[in-house]
Amino acid sequence: MQTARASLPRAAAAHAVLLAYTLIALFPVFVIVINAFKERRAIFNSPLALPGPETFSTIGFETVMSQGNFLLYFQNSFIVTLVSLFCVLLFGAMAAFALSEYKFRGNLLMGLYLALGIMIPIRLGTVAILQLMVATGLVNTLTALILVYTAQGLPLAIFILSEFMRTVSDDLKNAGRVDGLSEYRIFFTLVLPLVRPAMATVAVFTMIPIWNDLWFPLILAPAESTKTVTLGAQVFIGQFVTNWNAVLAALTLAIIPVLVLYLIFSRQLIRGITAGAVK
Amino acid sequence: MTAMDPGPKRARRWHIAVFLAPAVLVYTAIMIFPLFATLFQSLFTRVEGQQVFVGLRNFTTLFGDPRWSASFWNALWNNTWFFIVHMLVQNPIGILLAAILSNPRLRFRGFYRTAIFIPTILSFVIVGFVWKLILSPLWGIAPSMLDMVGLRFLFGPWLGQETTALTTLALISVWQFVGIPMMLIYAALLSIPDEVIEAAECDGITGWSQFWKIQLPLVLPTIGIISILTFVGNFNAFDLVYVSQGAQAGPNYGTDLLGTFLYRTFFGFQLQLGDPNMGATIASVMFFIILIGVSIYLFLIQTRLRRYQF
Amino acid sequence: MTYPTKTQLMSASAALVLGLAAAPLMAQDVTLTIESWRNDDLSIWQNTLIPAFEAANPGIRVVFAPSAPTEYNAALNAKLEAGSAGDLITCRPFDASLALYNDGYLASLADLEGMGNFSDVAKSAWNTDDGANPFCVPMASVIHGFIYNKDAFAELGLEVPATEDEFFAVLDAIKEDGSYIPMAMGTVDQWEAATMGYQNIGPNFWKGEEGRLALIRGEQTLTDEGWVEPYRVLARWGEYLGDGFQAQTYPDSQNLFTLGRAAIYPAGSWEIALFEEQADFAMGAFPPPVRNAGDTCYISDHNDIAIGMNAATPNADAARTFLNWVASSEFASLYANALPGFFALSNEPVEMENALAQDFVSWREDCESTIRSTYAILSRGTPNLENETWNASANVINGTETPEDAAARLQSGLESWYTPAN
Repeated sequence: MQTARASLPRAAAAHAVLLAYTLIALFPVFVIVINAFKERRAIFNSPLALPGPETFSTIGFETVMSQGNFLLYFQNSFIVTLVSLFCVLLFGAMAAFALSEYKFRGNLLMGLYLALGIMIPIRLGTVAILQLMVATGLVNTLTALILVYTAQGLPLAIFILSEFMRTVSDDLKNAGRVDGLSEYRIFFTLVLPLVRPAMATVAVFTMIPIWNDLWFPLILAPAESTKTVTLGAQVFIGQFVTNWNAVLAALTLAIIPVLVLYLIFSRQLIRGITAGAVK
Repeated sequence: MTAMDPGPKRARRWHIAVFLAPAVLVYTAIMIFPLFATLFQSLFTRVEGQQVFVGLRNFTTLFGDPRWSASFWNALWNNTWFFIVHMLVQNPIGILLAAILSNPRLRFRGFYRTAIFIPTILSFVIVGFVWKLILSPLWGIAPSMLDMVGLRFLFGPWLGQETTALTTLALISVWQFVGIPMMLIYAALLSIPDEVIEAAECDGITGWSQFWKIQLPLVLPTIGIISILTFVGNFNAFDLVYVSQGAQAGPNYGTDLLGTFLYRTFFGFQLQLGDPNMGATIASVMFFIILIGVSIYLFLIQTRLRRYQF
Repeated sequence: MTYPTKTQLMSASAALVLGLAAAPLMAQDVTLTIESWRNDDLSIWQNTLIPAFEAANPGIRVVFAPSAPTEYNAALNAKLEAGSAGDLITCRPFDASLALYNDGYLASLADLEGMGNFSDVAKSAWNTDDGANPFCVPMASVIHGFIYNKDAFAELGLEVPATEDEFFAVLDAIKEDGSYIPMAMGTVDQWEAATMGYQNIGPNFWKGEEGRLALIRGEQTLTDEGWVEPYRVLARWGEYLGDGFQAQTYPDSQNLFTLGRAAIYPAGSWEIALFEEQADFAMGAFPPPVRNAGDTCYISDHNDIAIGMNAATPNADAARTFLNWVASSEFASLYANALPGFFALSNEPVEMENALAQDFVSWREDCESTIRSTYAILSRGTPNLENETWNASANVINGTETPEDAAARLQSGLESWYTPAN
């Protein structure tokens, strides 16, 4: 092929850059994981050594597993993250479509209004939010967390998605209109599939802070039955913590689920792009 | 170009409302009301257990009282530096990585993309913990690695020195978040249709000049987004400093950002009781700073950016 | 086309969730929830304390729900304000809890019979200024001093220092030998420098309660010798701390000592339990050295933790039953032995088995006790004296601020809002 000739040195350079950065990105994660499987003394004496037969230990994981009900915590985290994510993506895409597609009075102001939320940390509203949840009886329910995270994720989702929706061809939408499709059909069947890469990106951005949040689970749903993983792992990461085995084990366990979720959305991203290219 | 041809006149208003309603309702109820209820407190002060209206007096205290204003300007400057580091390091690296990754003929790009994005999915707790471990002068990961390349003398207790702590934290934050500009630019580059690229190649535009002349202009709106997101994110940043340096943002407030200053004031810390009124005052000022930035983007930049539809 | 309003949406989801949650909540027992920052104590509460209480008090269930110390105050305040806090509240000492009482969040315990088991000094940290309304049942105090590696001292032929000169001679000897880091402490977390540094050695200079009360009355200032001199001593510590101590965290320090790499650890007695578990060498403790042999010694014996009742609890009777149990000698003995280094505050003496804990508590006989100088009254305003002391102590040890400058800065900060009462 005509592209094969000049590309060998360029490909090598590309791989060198990517590989170097991959090392930088993964090295700290590697440090966490290898040390999670070592006994305490070995962590400090040779933090960079791989766990060997003498230093291998799963004591950290045993400590974590004996402390509380981690399977339930994982389940809670999954429910909260996935439901919030669904709401953010659906509501966010709908609003972004309205903002980018239709000219109506106050469009720009509505855009600014919906962007206000990315300018103030939602934590500041804690007391009022908690009062609302107490009033509606939602304290210690996953619903409370889902509502908060949906609200928290929407501004950014709308902000990014509306930018991407502006790049969707008008001809396509107008062709749909000529064919008699309703605005809803145009949104769900024409526009949504085209912005799937952006949706997947937004999904990843939205999911991470939700999964990792410590504050709202602590305030709104600290009960044993509604604890999230991050809150459960917090037992090990207070101010007075020296149990590094348990800390590292808890951290390792906490990485896995987000990684899985990320891989799922990342695949979706690829498929979204390929689907877009095929059309 | 973005001319909109509305559907049948009669139904027009309704579907806009339907599209907007769920988002606006949830957002208004759970976010806007509570946040503005909080910001409203900046106009009050607490006198013997009662909230008393004082107008803008909290703001004059924040800017007029030497202690408050010194803390505020210190945090604002630190925050600005934090933002500058992100703009100069994070975003160019993100764009570069995305540009390389977007080459459809590159092998293993799924692997690279995932690997480079992994730091972004980690919680602040993990990030703070592991970097403190790596940079610790005691346990020797960073010192011994520098030793291997003969640069041991460069090592210092970076997170503990006033001169280096903030930049070190900013770079850790860059490490963590470089995945976000990378992914956004990557998504934007991939939405450029193959025909555009092929046409360029037919004209003999390849490699870097292709990137500069064709792809970069096409993803300019996305670069606008990541700049404003970086701005907003940095001026709300709080967690990384909080988990690695504590709410007092040491050494000697050298890593104090507006977010940590706000948190310390609003919720209190250790024996310092929370002061929601002054906290809300700081939050209002932060809000105006960010609002101005976002408005500049929305009204001046975004409306002028030329967008291409595919 | 219509869409649901906000209220409809909220009540719909509320109804849904209530329907799901209502069923399991039908039990007869009263459940008390304890708010605490002591997440380290979770297993002690779950395995020792709560079972003992529940066995003696059928019908009352207790849940210990700790959060991380750094989040505790903020989270607790938000929950109290919104009305979702637990029935029992673990109390920080002095002004922080007093503010909760003054805001009506903590109930007065003046008429709780168990309060009779405590002296006025024990109650002083959780009482109104007039002493009329104690609002938390005292649980424990902590004592400052130095824990040392006995094996290392024996190996290097060192004696436990009693005076400041001996103390620095010991540090010099360890430094010279080079096989141990003389002292394990870092400054990045700041509070170590203030708590294990300044408040640890300081009482010998400001003469304990005498100086502390004089400061409150305005008869002394932080720029007086007694308050600046400890900073000068602290400034000398830097050269005996580990390489890069400026970035050494509190857990780093603990691990450095328990792994046997450092010889001396400026300590609070709360470390004992963890150190006993992790260190595999013999440990001893000595009180902060005095300037000249034969001087009266002063130690920081600081009221640290107590427990009170949420004024809004619907289970006040059960909560009071629990608080009376906390005031009993049964609890004192269980707690002090489960957590050696947290010394019971009740009048009845408690038998402790741990030798290191006995060491610490024995100093009470020879030395005058005081509490941390910044905790009572002087940290009610902004800038907060305790928090600024963290910053100043870390700066002084780092060598980025002179003792005199630090003291002057603290004094001017204090003066900006505090006027002595007389």
